This record gives sequence, structure tokens and C-alpha cells, in this order.
Amino acid sequence: MNPIIQLEQIDKIYHTGEVDVHAVRKVSLQINRGEFVAIMGASGSGKSTMMNVLGCLDRATSGRYLLDGADVSGLDRDELATIRNQKIGFVFQGFNLLSRTSALENVELPMMYTRHVAGAHDQRERAMRALETVGLGERADHHPNQLSGGQQQRVAIARALVNEPAMILADEPTGNLDTQTSIEIMGVFQKLNDEGITIVMVTHELDIASYTKRNVIMRDGKIVSDSPVASRLLAPDELRKLKDAHEAVQLIP
Amino acid sequence: MKIFAVLRVAARALRRNIMRTILTMLGMIIGVGAVIATVSLGNGAKAQVEAQIASLGRNVILIFSGSVNRGGIRSGFNAAGTLSVDDAAAIAREIPDVSIVSPEVRGGTQVAAGNQNWGTSIQGEGEDYLEIRQWPLSQGSMFTAQDVRGANKVAVIGKTVADQLYPDGEVIGQVIRIKNVPFIVVGELIPKGLSVQGSDQDDLVIVPYTSAMKRLFGSTTLRGITAQAASADLLSSAQKQITDLLRQRHRIRPDQDDDFTVRTQEEITQAANNASSTMRGLLAGVAFVSLIVGGIGIMNIMLVSVTERTREIGIRMAVGAHGRDILKQFLTEAVALSIVGGALGILAGVAGAKIMAAQNGWPALTPGDWIFYAFIVSALVGIFFGFYPAWKASQLDPIDALRYE
Repeated sequence: MNPIIQLEQIDKIYHTGEVDVHAVRKVSLQINRGEFVAIMGASGSGKSTMMNVLGCLDRATSGRYLLDGADVSGLDRDELATIRNQKIGFVFQGFNLLSRTSALENVELPMMYTRHVAGAHDQRERAMRALETVGLGERADHHPNQLSGGQQQRVAIARALVNEPAMILADEPTGNLDTQTSIEIMGVFQKLNDEGITIVMVTHELDIASYTKRNVIMRDGKIVSDSPVASRLLAPDELRKLKDAHEAVQLIP
Repeated sequence: MKIFAVLRVAARALRRNIMRTILTMLGMIIGVGAVIATVSLGNGAKAQVEAQIASLGRNVILIFSGSVNRGGIRSGFNAAGTLSVDDAAAIAREIPDVSIVSPEVRGGTQVAAGNQNWGTSIQGEGEDYLEIRQWPLSQGSMFTAQDVRGANKVAVIGKTVADQLYPDGEVIGQVIRIKNVPFIVVGELIPKGLSVQGSDQDDLVIVPYTSAMKRLFGSTTLRGITAQAASADLLSSAQKQITDLLRQRHRIRPDQDDDFTVRTQEEITQAANNASSTMRGLLAGVAFVSLIVGGIGIMNIMLVSVTERTREIGIRMAVGAHGRDILKQFLTEAVALSIVGGALGILAGVAGAKIMAAQNGWPALTPGDWIFYAFIVSALVGIFFGFYPAWKASQLDPIDALRYE
């Protein structure tokens, strides 16, 4: 079976002013179907650039990128947009939902830009199913400002799922959330991953990374470590522990 | 992206900032409204002028006595009385393109009937004069050729004179004293209203020109001759033939000026049309300027909108919008602004013209083709001025746009 992502000797150089910034140096990486990978690193390590390249938001300066078996290295703006629409579901740190637009319509957004799509009724149904998957079925007509941060991020995950992409690409998905909500969101990702969805996540938080199955650590534009997670955390267990801890604190008079 | 979805997104974006949307549209509303209102009023005025020119009669040729030059002293129009009854007879006899000729003398005087009196203008005319003017009688009949030959004391009077002299309504067969000469009223004209110059066309008494010359004014020359060409396309050839004939009869050498003037209805119509086409050119200029101002307003607000919604554009691009999807969306918003503004402007213009017309007693006619043009031009303004902001939005880099605060 083809890997979902295959990077071969990827280089990314930014020409900003007089100094060229070599953000990613000769990176090769392979991610298979069903994996749950965290790409980690300090700021300036090149992980954001990796995220942009993986997400087809940006093109590598050199090297080859096969996404779901297809070479996307030489595609133009519009072709990349189509790839993003079909193959990638984005989840951002800042949720990036359209304000004053209902949760359901936010989830429908990617289908607006899908060519040859089903009718409006079908779209609505698919969006509804995606919202139910993340447990927000009964809040479909709420606007983002009526939802909590965790709920907004769930809407964003539903939006990422709706076009049945090859993978979900999450950029610091818990960065704006408190501990408990972060664990809940990781729980949603774990559940989706258990159903076979490939997830690649960029984060700098070690504890969040330990909910994934594989950690890739970058420094100075290179991969310095790539290993399976030894002691993987499971969201339901951690939530229970957190609840117990809270109760314990309250028990102390 | 389907057109319906595009429209829905545009409508939502415009509703979101309703005050700004209305203010932006106001530029278009005022521009289009002003143009439609002025065109409506101008068109109404034009129709009125045309009706008045038509009231001159059908295929009319007016020949006026002109200036004579005696030893370098030019006497001015109408002063000399250079036209004679023989000139009129010669035109009738020798120019086949002319079907009717009516010699004309005029003068103002006091008329009286019973114990009423009234100052009015007296017109001496031939028996076919009313035929040329296309002016029917409301009662009685026109005087006859025999009346003209015999210089009979018969008169046809206008509505105004009839109202002033015969308050009890009995007109036909009554005596009217003109310069103390008693005439019998044989007919009353239907009212024509005001002339182009604003004078009352119904304030007149028409008598046979022979009677006017002999019994009233003691004149031997004519003030003018009114003629009718046999058809509209013969007007200018008849004009030329009359000029040639009169120059010959008056023995005017080739290097001398005419001592008469020949005008056709066509020329008068043309003069009026020239005036109204100048007016139209002026309007087009005003329309152009106001639409550019409206369009700049739209462009300005669309640029603001693109900047404000940079993040939204980034999100849309991240989930798969192509550059042209973004272009289409912002262009739709700009065109929606301009079309809705234009449509409201049309309504405002029509209503404004109606109100002004009603208050001032002018007619207002909104031409259908201008409404159509106003609509099309509004759409074009939206496309033209909306294109740059929309293009700018479509060229945004999704990474930068997503990071925009």
C-alpha cells in the first residue's frame, strides 16, 4: 500500500531580503495510512514550514512530495487548492471558523469549493454527519461566538472531515485551549484515528504529543528524532485522572 | 462554486455591515437618480416643445418680410414690408411644390363687442390659413375665398377673445368692432394654448387679409406669407424655389442680401433638436462623472472589505477555494452594490422627476431605454471598479492570509 505522505529530500529556502533562510534541509519522511504523527520542535525548528509544505499551502524549493501516491511538487496554485480540498483536512490553532456563520455552514464550506458535488440537500446531510461524529449534532445552528473554544475546535474538525480527506493536518490544535479541553480534543483525534483516519499534528507540547503514536522531532530544519511513542496516553484515562484530581482537591477542607 | 452559493455569501457579507453598504450605494443612488430625474424632465420638456412645433401646422414654410438696404441703412426684419400680394400669388402660381399660400398682415389693436373691449392681435390671412396651421374650429366656419376677394367684414376669433368679449357664450353671428369697423364673427377656433415663447396663441382675431389691409391697417405690403409644402420631403426644395423666385421678382443682384427670410418647419424642429442634443451631451457628462464617483466609492469600500476579511479569504483558500472563486465572490459583492444602488437610483430618479413635475406643472417622461442603460451601466461600474479589489483578494497567499490579524 502506498504511504499517504512521502517526502524525498525536501528543501525549503526563503529569500527574504539579503539573507536566504534555509528553513527545511533535505528532509525525507514517510507517513503511512492510519498513522497518528506529531511533528515537534521549538520555534524556528522548521516545523511550521513542514506543516505548510505537507498541507500544500506552500511548495518546497526542491525535492519530491508524493501525497496519496500523486506527485504534488510541481503543481500550481489552483491545482494545490484542489488537492487541499480533496485530500487534506485542516485544523488550526485559532479554529479559523467563519464568524456569523452557523456551525453547519462552516462545516459545509469545503464542499462549496468542490467541483462536481452532490446537491445542496446531500451536502447538508454530509455536514450534519460530520458534526455528529465530533459530538456537536445538536448545535448545528449555533454561531461560533455562541460556542466554547473546545466546541469551536470540534466544528473545525468536522469541517476537516467533511470531504473525507486522505489525512487531517492539525497545527497546534490545542494551543488555545485549557488542559481539560485539550485532552477532550485529543480524545476526538484518537477516536478518529481508531476509525482509520491518518492524522498529522504539529505541536510543541510534549504531553500533547504523547497522545499520538509517533513523534518526529525537528531542529534547525532537520529531523533529529523519529520514534514511536513509548508510553502513549489515552484521553479517557487522562480525563478520569484529571477529574479524580479535581475531586481530590475539593475534598481537602 | 455555484452561482446561488456565491449570491448567498455576497448577500450575507453586504448585510453584515448594513450601514456601510447603504452609504456606499448612496453614491450610485444619487448619481443614477440625478441622471434619470433630469432625463425625465428634459424628455418631458422636449415632448412639450415638439408638440408646440407641431402646433405650427403641417409642412409649414414661413416667409417674412426682411431687411432692405437703402444706401447702407439696413432697416431690420419686418420693418420694410418687402413682400406684396403679388409675390404670394406668384408663389402659388409658379411653384408646384407649394400647395397652399396665405398672405399675412398683422397688427395689434383694441376690439370691442357690446360693452366689452379687449386688446388683441389682428391677423389678416387667406381662406386656407387654418388648413396650413392644422387648426380646426370649435364652432362656425372659416371665411371663404369670396370673402377674401370682396374684403368682407368677417372674422374668426380665438378662444381667449371669445371669452373676453362674449361672456354669455353667444359667439357666432355677433358683431365685433375692430378699430370701430364692425365685423361679423363667423367662427371660433379651438384653443391651442401657449406657444413655444409662452404667448397665448388663442388671443387673436383672424380676418381676410384684404379686409385687414384695406379696412384696418391701410397697408399695401405684407408682413409675411405662410405656405404649405405639398409633402414633408418637398420642404427644402420648395424653400429654395421660393427664395429664387422672390430674389428674381425683387431684382436682387447676386451680391446682395435677401430682403426676406424663408424658414421651414423642419429647420425649426432641427433647432429645437440641437438644443436638446446639447442638453443630452451635458447630461451624459454629468452621468459619467457621478458614476465614476459612485464607482470609486465602491472600489474604496471593497478594498477595505478585502483587508478586513483577509483571514476569511485565507480560510476559504485553505479549504480549497481557487483564486477565481475568491475573485468571483468579491466581484459579485461589488456588482450587487452597484446594481442595487443603480436600481434604487432609478426608482429615486423616477419618483423625484414625478414630484418635481407635479409641483411645477411640467411634464415628466422617463424613457424606457434610459432605465435599461442606467441598469446596464450600473452593472458595468460594479465590474469595472470591483475588479481590482477582487483581483487583489484572489492573489493573496493563503499562508499570509491565515496568519493575518
